[in-house]
Amino acid sequence: MTATALQTASIPRATSLDRARALARLKFADNGFRLMTLGSAVLVLVLLVGVLVALFIGALPAFREFGVGFLFSDAWSPPKEKFGAATAIYGTLITSLIAMLIAVPVGLGVAVFLTELCWQPLRRPIGVAIELLAGIPSIIYGVWGVYYFKPVMQAYIQPFLIKTLGDAPGVGALFAGPPLGYGLLTAGLVLALMILPYITAVSRDVFDTVPTVLKEAAYGVGATTFEVVGAIIIPYTRVGLIGGVMLALGRALGETMAVTFVVGNATKIQSSILAQGTTISAMIANQFADADPGLFTSSLLALGFILFVITFLVLAAARWMLARMELRA
Amino acid sequence: MKISKFVQLVCVGAVAIGGALGTLAHAADISGAGATFPFPIYAKWADAYKKETGNGLNYQSIGSGAGIKQIRAKTVTFGATDAPLEAKALDKDGLAQWPMVMGGIVMVVNLPGVKPGELVLDGPTIAQIYMGKIAKWNDPAIKKLNPNLNLPDLAIASIHRADGSGTTFNFTYYLGQVLPDWDSQIGAATTVEWPSGIGAKGNDGIANNVATTPGAIGYVEFAYAVQNKLTYASMINKAGKTVAPTVEAFQSAAANADWSVPGFYQVLANQPGDQSWPMTAATFILMYKKPGDVAASNEGLKFFRWAYDKGDDMAKQLDYIPMPDNVVKLVEKMWDADIQQK
Repeated sequence: MTATALQTASIPRATSLDRARALARLKFADNGFRLMTLGSAVLVLVLLVGVLVALFIGALPAFREFGVGFLFSDAWSPPKEKFGAATAIYGTLITSLIAMLIAVPVGLGVAVFLTELCWQPLRRPIGVAIELLAGIPSIIYGVWGVYYFKPVMQAYIQPFLIKTLGDAPGVGALFAGPPLGYGLLTAGLVLALMILPYITAVSRDVFDTVPTVLKEAAYGVGATTFEVVGAIIIPYTRVGLIGGVMLALGRALGETMAVTFVVGNATKIQSSILAQGTTISAMIANQFADADPGLFTSSLLALGFILFVITFLVLAAARWMLARMELRA
Repeated sequence: MKISKFVQLVCVGAVAIGGALGTLAHAADISGAGATFPFPIYAKWADAYKKETGNGLNYQSIGSGAGIKQIRAKTVTFGATDAPLEAKALDKDGLAQWPMVMGGIVMVVNLPGVKPGELVLDGPTIAQIYMGKIAKWNDPAIKKLNPNLNLPDLAIASIHRADGSGTTFNFTYYLGQVLPDWDSQIGAATTVEWPSGIGAKGNDGIANNVATTPGAIGYVEFAYAVQNKLTYASMINKAGKTVAPTVEAFQSAAANADWSVPGFYQVLANQPGDQSWPMTAATFILMYKKPGDVAASNEGLKFFRWAYDKGDDMAKQLDYIPMPDNVVKLVEKMWDADIQQK
């Protein structure tokens, strides 16, 4: 482009017609580029809407048959053609909640350690290790969960929880039941491990953007590291932090393979978090391949649609929180 | 010099690839999908068949329900299912169905100190375990069946199939036969609404979960129990006799079956006879009567004919029961009458 422009400029006798033609060509190229990028952006939108519409059309027979009750029924009986999403929604939310409760504080802690406290030469290796952890395929976590983590849960952690908390007033019901290894808690813990690197990697990156001047000033007036983190670093980076946490939550909600391996795949809601359950994605992964056409398949598609909506709501909530924060700031 | 060498290389490469494609096109593998229950024997037959004829079999053991779905979608030459389709469903899709081989479903347990065959269970007890009504191994109901065993105070982890499964169909069908409550509350199907327990994928998934979970109980095809060295239980049959899972016990149950029904629809659970194993099952093949690709369909029939003819010993080695000769004759007659081969 510049070459053409220079050429026309260096020839004094160039007619205005030539110049106009060259400019038109440039404009054409520019327009073409704009259209191409526009097309790519629109394509994403079309695909998104297409998936949503296709899921909804597939799910329609189930919604029509069961109505709003589909969301609140814990039935899942293919022979009787009675389906409900409550068990799967409950399992999805509980496992993600457990994962977030553990992974957010621990992830932030690791990031603070890496940016503020860690001995300089160790920062890079530990940082790289965490990024590698984020790259492990989820099925590996599932296999690890079944062969190494589940036996530990069954032999030590669950019996301990049942003995100490199982009879406690109020929360006792959450920790009741036989220690079978598989369950919502096991799945939540494996999920926590999976999303931890996301939270750590994102928080570390945003913590690095805090101007040293701010931190030095705080240390200068006698603040402890804890105070610097609480009063300077986290407020300064909260927008980025929320982004990282939401990314992790999105992954936890939709995770399939690792959860399927350890969640126990039971289609009944039980009060205990040690008991077996299922999640939306685990349910679809297990049963879609051989679901009969009709209400069964339609109900599974309806589950997919609900997961889509839940993920969308989470993202929308994150946007809304960010927007409110920016307004206040 | 350099260029000509490069050209030579390219030419050799092209010829090699072309040759490979050529052989691939000649020996088109027979494609099938479905039940995991007969997978060990199908794999063994396929291996021997390939050695003898050069033709391979590509069988995906993805579960009976998925097998039915695949044959309906016409992505495979044959589908395999342990839950037979009823004549009406067969006619609707224009499918032919026949039994290929029989086997036994056994209960496998993970109980420290208990040897294979030592533990004795009966149908109603198993049904109550899977309903969550019997939750510990030292429950009086289990103790009564096993007065000589020292059963631990250990929670029972009942493991069932999370995917659609013909093994589940035969298992739940049997439980419905022996406990009316099961039939009215849960029913028999490839996927049911399990009142309790842990879901696992495939026969091998159950075998794995039982092996790694103390206190677990699961149901698998006998070959999986043997291959994974799992502890299987003996059972009390319809005649009230205690039987261990053996080929003779499976055979005895199969001997009573009446196969002269449309689509060979026959569930072998809870058969009479002192020797009969209560959870015996046949596994079925589904193919189109008017196949889209007649050549592929014929290759499939050729394989099944060969398996009926020469596969009996291999089946017995893996503790499956070959179909009796009179049934094979019925099936082959049906092929010639119903399936378009030209």
